[in-house]
Amino acid sequence: MTLYRIAPYLQAAPLTLILAAFLVLPIATIVMVSFWDYDSIQIFPDFVFTNYEETITSPVTWRTYLNTLKYTVIVWAVTLLVGFWVAYYLAFHIRSATMQMVLFLVCTIPFLTSNIIRMISWIPFLGRNGLLNQSLMTMGLIDQPLEFLLFSDFAVVLAMVHLYTLFMVTPIFNTLMRIDRALIEAARDAGANAFQILTNVILPLAKPGIAIGSIFVVTLVMGDFITVRFMSGGQSASVGLMMANQIALLQYPAAAANAVILLVLVLLLVAAILRIVNIRKEL
Amino acid sequence: MSKGADIELIEVTKRYGAALAVESVSLKIPAGTYCCLLGPSGCGKTTTLRMMAGHESITEGDIRLGPTVVTDLPPAKRGTAMMFQSYALFPHLDTVDNVAFSLKMKGVDKASRRAKAMEMLKLVQMDHLAERRPAQLSGGQQQRVALARALITDPQVLLLDEPLSALDPFLKIKVRQELKKLQLQLGISFIHVTHSQEEAMALSDLVVVMNGGRIEQAGTPREVFNRPATAFVARFMGDHNVIAGRVTAIGGDEVTFEVPGGASFRAPAAPGLEPGAPVEIAVRTDRVTLGAGAMLGCGLTGLVQNIEYHGQKVQVALAAPGVAEFAVQVPETAFFAAPLSVGDAVPLAWTPQDVHILKASPAA
Repeated sequence: MTLYRIAPYLQAAPLTLILAAFLVLPIATIVMVSFWDYDSIQIFPDFVFTNYEETITSPVTWRTYLNTLKYTVIVWAVTLLVGFWVAYYLAFHIRSATMQMVLFLVCTIPFLTSNIIRMISWIPFLGRNGLLNQSLMTMGLIDQPLEFLLFSDFAVVLAMVHLYTLFMVTPIFNTLMRIDRALIEAARDAGANAFQILTNVILPLAKPGIAIGSIFVVTLVMGDFITVRFMSGGQSASVGLMMANQIALLQYPAAAANAVILLVLVLLLVAAILRIVNIRKEL
Repeated sequence: MSKGADIELIEVTKRYGAALAVESVSLKIPAGTYCCLLGPSGCGKTTTLRMMAGHESITEGDIRLGPTVVTDLPPAKRGTAMMFQSYALFPHLDTVDNVAFSLKMKGVDKASRRAKAMEMLKLVQMDHLAERRPAQLSGGQQQRVALARALITDPQVLLLDEPLSALDPFLKIKVRQELKKLQLQLGISFIHVTHSQEEAMALSDLVVVMNGGRIEQAGTPREVFNRPATAFVARFMGDHNVIAGRVTAIGGDEVTFEVPGGASFRAPAAPGLEPGAPVEIAVRTDRVTLGAGAMLGCGLTGLVQNIEYHGQKVQVALAAPGVAEFAVQVPETAFFAAPLSVGDAVPLAWTPQDVHILKASPAA
């Protein structure tokens, strides 16, 4: 029966087509364009390395990449701390399954609105004459508005943490829920105190969730440009923002080369995370 | 190894909100006893064990281990160790580190805690698999590792929550022999929760039959099997026929009672039995004989409902008016000398010595 032989291929075909059309093809195009040449008004098919050379040798690129990595590390650390805390509370301190589900859904409610709206809503709160500064001044805690609150690295990190913490909470909550409660009792039976249980049992078993959450946060922050643009008020740059600017100037090949470099860097980061933690058993 | 200690429960009660899980249980288990807590699911046996272990708070009453009241002590400070039903081995640690876990918590350095753990693994013959993770071990091997992990704390009492329930029948018998041997070797008390009366009888020095959060009977296996205190114990231990009725007449050292169907039976007199009082008796199924010639009030006629061949014995289930269930165990040769078939009416007989009076259940 020929149908028997082609059936597995037919079953795999839809996903293959989708991935080919929406993942492989665009990436292949970007890689191709990154070798093209351009001037101020058009791009030409070619095979030159100037885009990569210019990107790699420019100090601006290095500064921008370092700045992006700085955001990534800070946002990763903060979302990990907050995300683990929230997930731990949901998984171990909320007893009833219904309440757990309700509180988890509460965590997701901010995601019912768009990223941009959530981001912009920080502006009237943090601004020079914003809610926070006015409240603090009325209470007499400060004399002058705090300038670092908005259009600063602080604002960028704050908005990113706000946007991305849930990506940490969800996978960690998932792994914590799978931890057999008898293990906690066994640890207590063996004389472990609460902190020892956390470090010797819960954290090692939560590693896959932490790794998955870290991959989400790292890739999202590395590729972000809109948060950096809005919240830094144009005072900070990220790789994404740099690419957006290059595209605005019609320097598509330069942007494509940048994109390829960023892609390689992000893949290396993900590979490093996967080296440290084996997440296979989670998937 | 430490010397064992007596463990005593004094009017221990556990409530979950309004629900009563364990109701004023008092029990004394002498040092070096193999004790089985036996009962159906939800009878409170696991809750009782978990209260001894310190994993469940005690609503009322006290638990004493040796001279110490341990009611409010954390699990690790009680001198008990618990082996969990699913073994609860840490999946991220290998066998040695699992066993050495409690020493690590105490801050023992790595070399000496691993050496001690290897010793414990030798005791349970698992030292050759020291580097394996729990997922790479069979059920029986995991059970041994869990045992070693519990014993490394040098407990005075080992608490085992259905330790054999995850094993296949043949392994069960092998492992329970090893458990008994280990208990004798260590000389400490093992308290073992089970719902299998066979397991309890095979292992224990002391069987505690529980039902509805109360102790129905505590005694040696022989006592519990031969002289079940209540109808529940008789039914749960199996191989007993329970006949319930109301007293109609008292004569000398005997009473006569009637079951709802109208048949009359004899039972030895006991305090509290007066005309009209409810009475229950138990007769072992292997003491009932097939055939006529019963003494008055020590026999009935039943319709054969089912015949099961058990090898040495043949179990015949019968129906008789006023008696809910009645079974007879007939030796194989005797049965096949005069085989029965379903639907036959058979006269059955027993002797007055085989009649055992049951008390009312405390849970009722």
